[in-house]
Amino acid sequence: MIEVEQLHARAGEFSIRDVTLTVPRGCYGVLMGRTGSGKTTLLEAICGLRQIVSGRIRIGGRDITHLKPGERGIGLVPQDLALFPTMTVREHLAFALEIRREPRQAIEDRVDELAGLLGIAHLLDRGTAGLSGGESQRIALGRALAFRPGVLLLDEPLSALDETTREEMHALLREVQRSTRVTTLHVTHSRAEARALAEKLFLVENATVREAALQELSA
Amino acid sequence: MNHAPTATPPAAHRPGPDWPFILGLGLLSSVYIILIVAMLVADATFTTPGHLLHALASPEIRFSVRLSLLSCTLTTLLSLWVSVPTAYLMSRFRFPGRRLMDAVLDIPIVLPPLVVGISLLILFQTPVGKMIERLIPITYALPSVVIAQFAVACAFSVRTMLVTFDQISPRREIVALTLGCNRSQAFWRVAFPEARRGMLTAATLAWARSLGEFGPILVFSGATRFRTEVLPTTVFLELSVGNLEAAVAVSLLMILAALAVLGIARVFGLRAPLERVL
Repeated sequence: MIEVEQLHARAGEFSIRDVTLTVPRGCYGVLMGRTGSGKTTLLEAICGLRQIVSGRIRIGGRDITHLKPGERGIGLVPQDLALFPTMTVREHLAFALEIRREPRQAIEDRVDELAGLLGIAHLLDRGTAGLSGGESQRIALGRALAFRPGVLLLDEPLSALDETTREEMHALLREVQRSTRVTTLHVTHSRAEARALAEKLFLVENATVREAALQELSA
Repeated sequence: MNHAPTATPPAAHRPGPDWPFILGLGLLSSVYIILIVAMLVADATFTTPGHLLHALASPEIRFSVRLSLLSCTLTTLLSLWVSVPTAYLMSRFRFPGRRLMDAVLDIPIVLPPLVVGISLLILFQTPVGKMIERLIPITYALPSVVIAQFAVACAFSVRTMLVTFDQISPRREIVALTLGCNRSQAFWRVAFPEARRGMLTAATLAWARSLGEFGPILVFSGATRFRTEVLPTTVFLELSVGNLEAAVAVSLLMILAALAVLGIARVFGLRAPLERVL
């Protein structure tokens, strides 16, 4: 569960104020808003990458407002994906587990499991150069899910994809959500994407957030 | 306003030809290129293989080749060891005094080399300097050669690494933080491997600068044969006794080493930093 209470966070000159939202455990929340409305700032604040002025963030009931990014147990798929150009796909999937010093066998099992779930088993020993947009998305997703985070945050991950690949990714995201039950907050400005994925809808307006009914998407 | 075609079209405008401008660019740039190549050709044609072999047979010159190779390599390692963290600090963190630090790092690049030598000489005359000298002899001894080279070469290395880290997006390190890394792990696992090519460029630059370092070494280390004589010192000593053949032969050795290093930097390193730093 993601609970944000009266959050005031700052990114340089820009800030979001009085943001309150709750994504229940295992739910797929979609956050919509115009470009520059503060969606990314909110996501980065939840990850611990932005200065929190006031308010509170809880993940699964635990107050994480002032924890370091790595202590929060949040998987992030940023808009630019930020894949590591010096690593193979396998190393991407193993990264968070190696940092946590998991046993080698456990890491190998998890990498195989993720590669199967995401359909990237044939890419494991490749580098990131020359991957297609959809493949890169899957790897960024796998890297974020590897350490079994309680929460997955997606920042407009599908905006650079063509229509067909995007629909494939919608199906994949639903499948990931169904099999992992990870609480998800997905930022997008696409109504079609929100319609395809949202179980709960939030709209960012005037630097704050309100929950909206799913019916508003078809309006 | 009426833009309908008129019966008499306006007089056609014809821009003048481009060739005089391009020819001018070509002529002016070729003057410099010809000067550089002519210098190298003059050295190469002045020297015979006999001169080179004769120079290399001299024990003094063999000592100076060895000292040059050793001191340049030590300086390069030291420069990387200092410049990588310095540049990373400046590229990734905003802190009070950062602009001042940036300006101070330019000083060795603009300072006249002789002044670097004098300043080092004076530094080791201060009480702290004298204390260090009592533990390890520095001035006019081998460590002074490395310190004199390091004082200048490291600044070039820092500049190269700064451009390198500025070109690497910090986003990937930020993602690494969310995946459980601390700052140090994000640096070693994500940023450091990405900076490899920049480090190679920084190393070759530092090595080449050190190889040619003369003024500070002359002042701070002296020109004692079998003690502090590096290749530029050899050229100076041979010239001062009128042995032009040996001076040119040793110069040619340095030219070959510099070209080799330039080749390595061009093929394996980053091109942009080299162009921006030099």
